[in-house]
Amino acid sequence: MKKSYDIVIIGGGIVGCSVAFELAKRRRTDVLVIEQAYLTSGATGRCGAGIRQQWGSVINATLAFESTGIFENLEEYTGYKGNCGLNQGGYLILAYTEKEWGQFHKNLKVQHSVGIDSYAVEVDGINEIVPHLNTEGLYGATFCAKDGHADPFHCTYAYAGGAQRMGVDIETYTTVTGFVVKNGRIQTVRTNKGDVQANIVINCTGGHAAIMAAMVGDELPIYPERHQILITEPVAHIMNPMVMTFHRHFYVQQTPHGSVIMGIGDQAEPVSLNICSSWQFLEHCSYLITQTLPVFRNLRVVRQWAGLYDMSPDRYPIINHAKEAEGFITIAGLSGHGFMVAPRLANLLANHLTEQQDSLDINLFSAERYSRGELLLEPSVV
Amino acid sequence: MKNKDSEIIICRCEDITREQILECISEGYETIDEIKCVTRAGMGPCQGRTCRSLIAAELSGAYKVPMEDVVMTTFRPPSVPVSLGTLADAYDNG
Repeated sequence: MKKSYDIVIIGGGIVGCSVAFELAKRRRTDVLVIEQAYLTSGATGRCGAGIRQQWGSVINATLAFESTGIFENLEEYTGYKGNCGLNQGGYLILAYTEKEWGQFHKNLKVQHSVGIDSYAVEVDGINEIVPHLNTEGLYGATFCAKDGHADPFHCTYAYAGGAQRMGVDIETYTTVTGFVVKNGRIQTVRTNKGDVQANIVINCTGGHAAIMAAMVGDELPIYPERHQILITEPVAHIMNPMVMTFHRHFYVQQTPHGSVIMGIGDQAEPVSLNICSSWQFLEHCSYLITQTLPVFRNLRVVRQWAGLYDMSPDRYPIINHAKEAEGFITIAGLSGHGFMVAPRLANLLANHLTEQQDSLDINLFSAERYSRGELLLEPSVV
Repeated sequence: MKNKDSEIIICRCEDITREQILECISEGYETIDEIKCVTRAGMGPCQGRTCRSLIAAELSGAYKVPMEDVVMTTFRPPSVPVSLGTLADAYDNG
């Protein structure tokens, strides 16, 4: 770690590492990534790592569609010798109410306008895609074969390794303790290993982003929310797609390795930095999943854990310049789907910082939209 | 005769050899958690009961730190594998 950098990135997850890589690719290589523990130790390493393009708004569908294109060649793109584990088994999204089924047809139109190859599946066609699924109570489903899942560890290490080879420094087991702002500009990042001068600081700390931004006086409406996951022993392959429902709030997928990974959205989860797992989740999740997929009843759970979603009020990313500290930028509030859109957001932010053109307008994601009352709306979130 | 590192199994659930663990260390990975993330060592049915301490011993030797200073992984529930059906019935019965 030098005493001074052009750009300091805080957070060594998929967002921080992909931003570092994209900046370096645009010849901004005087960059330091600071990570509190090891790379992926926060939300990235705890996430379900699903990659879904079936969104209900043009912005989210575009972010996910263009990110998927990057995931499809991530090893070659970053020069990674490992395997990023991309498995495009598709996403099957179940409609349990008439209203949901109507919404899904609107979503398909949005997806088709972006170029996403998704389609509606009638109830009697669902078992052709997932043979063991209990179709009771279903109105139908939508399917996109190019949706899938990747390995969050290897994807992050791919970006990090590529960035390092271009000259980026990564400092793990380093904690940011504060900032020095002088004459309205960010000047210094304070860490437990000493001070670092910086022209630009990028806050990629997920559930901790609001706390970090508040240290320079930027009040952001991002809050942490615990989400839990469990995984089973590996078994022979019986299910390719991710199965997901908004009505019953769960997602479940069999990984290429054979283990089945699943999680639920708990509507009563309070705002907190709690990342402990609970037995209540274990029982509730098992119940919901085995109602829809009874075939999994004999499958044994080997591990459960929890991580933080970094929620924003409208479930859209926030990319915000702090007014109080010029040069301090937050990119967070990814609301539980940060992994799948990080590659495209990293491009957007790097293009912005290197004054290159981008087909998306970065100002859309400014936190000012909340004070103007111009919230972005997404109908399809678990 | 001494066994080759490629023939010494460190993680029996996931078939991870000593050679793979040493390769991770030579690539700069510093903790059991990181090695778990990149190799899956410790993610199988026994949840690292055997390999956790073996990997700790390798890290201790490579980084010249005492065994007790090697950062342990989080011990995650359940302590033994439990079927989804058993758990689902427990929820259903309140």
